[in-house]
Amino acid sequence: MSVRGITVDGETLGALAPRIFRVAGIVGATGLVLSILISAVFGAWDRLLFSYLTAFIFVLTISLGALWFTLVQHMTRAGWSVVLRRVSEAIAANLTWLAIAFAPIAILVMLGQGEMLYHWADASLFDAGSEHFDEVLTKKRVFFNPGFWTLRAVFYFAVWGATARMLFGHSVAQDASGDLAHTHHMQKFSPICMALYALTQTLAVVDWVMSLEPHWFSTMYGVYFFAASLCGFISILCVTVWLLQRSGRLRGVVTREHYQDAGKILFGFGIVFWAYIAFSQYMLIWYANIPEETGWYITRQIGSWRAVSALLLFGHFCVPFLLLISRHPKRAKGALALVAGWLLMMHYVDMYWLVMPRIPADLLASAETYRGFLDAVRESGNDLGFHPHILDLTCLLGLGGVAVALTARRLRDCALIPTQDPRLGESIAFENV
Amino acid sequence: MSAHGQHANDSTGEVFGLLAEFETPEQITRAACAVHDAGYKLWDCHTPFPVHGLDKAMGVKPTILPVLVFFGGLTGVTLGFLMQWFTNASSLKAWFFGMVRGYEYMISGKPMMSLPAWIPVMFETTVLFSAIAAVALMLVFNGLPRLYHPVFKSKRFARATDDRFFVVIEARDPNFDRSTTHTLLETLNPTSIEALEA
Repeated sequence: MSVRGITVDGETLGALAPRIFRVAGIVGATGLVLSILISAVFGAWDRLLFSYLTAFIFVLTISLGALWFTLVQHMTRAGWSVVLRRVSEAIAANLTWLAIAFAPIAILVMLGQGEMLYHWADASLFDAGSEHFDEVLTKKRVFFNPGFWTLRAVFYFAVWGATARMLFGHSVAQDASGDLAHTHHMQKFSPICMALYALTQTLAVVDWVMSLEPHWFSTMYGVYFFAASLCGFISILCVTVWLLQRSGRLRGVVTREHYQDAGKILFGFGIVFWAYIAFSQYMLIWYANIPEETGWYITRQIGSWRAVSALLLFGHFCVPFLLLISRHPKRAKGALALVAGWLLMMHYVDMYWLVMPRIPADLLASAETYRGFLDAVRESGNDLGFHPHILDLTCLLGLGGVAVALTARRLRDCALIPTQDPRLGESIAFENV
Repeated sequence: MSAHGQHANDSTGEVFGLLAEFETPEQITRAACAVHDAGYKLWDCHTPFPVHGLDKAMGVKPTILPVLVFFGGLTGVTLGFLMQWFTNASSLKAWFFGMVRGYEYMISGKPMMSLPAWIPVMFETTVLFSAIAAVALMLVFNGLPRLYHPVFKSKRFARATDDRFFVVIEARDPNFDRSTTHTLLETLNPTSIEALEA
């Protein structure tokens, strides 16, 4: 096929695919093995769970962002994005094996050992005779109990896996057959998949991240993750496409017009909407000033966590906002990839900031004032600040490496763009007015 | 109007400019390139839909409107902050259509300078000032609304909203010369050339 003098020959990753698979696979396997070894040697199993959950949520949100992006293109019958869709489909397809990555956590919870990670999984909380008895959590037990919780996780992965496989499968099948029925099928099922996506994405982050602090709740949590997912995914999309073009692929197919539009989504959702939702959640809790809600933010303002919060405010919003507000950096491929790379790091910091801080619940409950609470924390010798751990890095390299390796393997045998998509010509010729 | 339009071609009096008619986007893009290269400044293209690459062919410089909108937003965020600071957190006196005085409001034990509570208002004033700046300056720059233009005298020009593409070179242009401009336009193979009455 030829569009405006550009031959679309269905170029693939080619020889690059096995190389990426090998290198990323080795990094991933080494990371995971090292994580287990380090935990075993230093007895840091507690920390391993939190580090692993952070890395898992990081990879998961990126794949969920990719799934949303692919779905919304079909729902709106978008033309501009066709040349970016295959990369997006391939990243979304990671949702199939991520169920296996989640299995260790689910098994732990099912075996009754979940309290190492999830406070609500501690059975003694619900024993009226126990000193740990917690009346509030007893009321939430109908939702937060190992059986129902695991059942929901199975449902989420079933929905995501089926949707991602459907989108990737039909798209690749169309490359071979050129049959328009594939496009019709994807357009027909995208709206219902999107509705299920909204439901499962919201509930999943409530189950897996918000319930780390089961007393605390925020109705904006799901939307916050939606914005964060898009930040993670569009960042990685920009970086990936830029790297592919540097390797000589997608030349003349993906143009600065596509970069600009990806940059617009990154700016609109990943930076501004993220900050909008993050602030809305913060302001309501700050204004109401109810202890059961403020505790979550106090934990993130103690000691060195304060600096991490400030890093998110400036690094995830203020600075990238000013960097990307103009159209020129969005159209400069290298500049956009650079900002996207930075935002990808900020997305990891964001996930870390959500998962890691722990509330010293007893100290908070007995404190009269905020100052009294801080004094009590100091006297208790509890250091509540931000403490990086080597396991954070090994888990990130582990799951991240596996994700890159499997994405490369998925792209081994298929073209980097949907070569027979009916809107491919429109996409290649796309121009911003 | 129509009677004059019919004879516009024969007019020897004062002209507004020359109007050339084309049939395809490719033709007008090529024509725009040629007119731009000939050094004309006061001229324009009229098309039924946005033609990609036409701005570039005409040598239209990028607008500075976005930069001005940014400063509009900056003004909005500053004024939003100052307004709330003056009314809620200061006891200063100022003239605002009469003497007014700020009042230090204690609201639910929050500090006087309660930035988080002010941000929604600052956000709204930012959006308001940016939007007003964008619309108002857009109208200033493009000279709209404009209820009359000499091209309306041409009957052919009605097709600019349908299926024809037009180039107008104004007589005010320093490079304009009735015969050489006419010759230039003729080399571009237009469907027709008309002189527009002033």
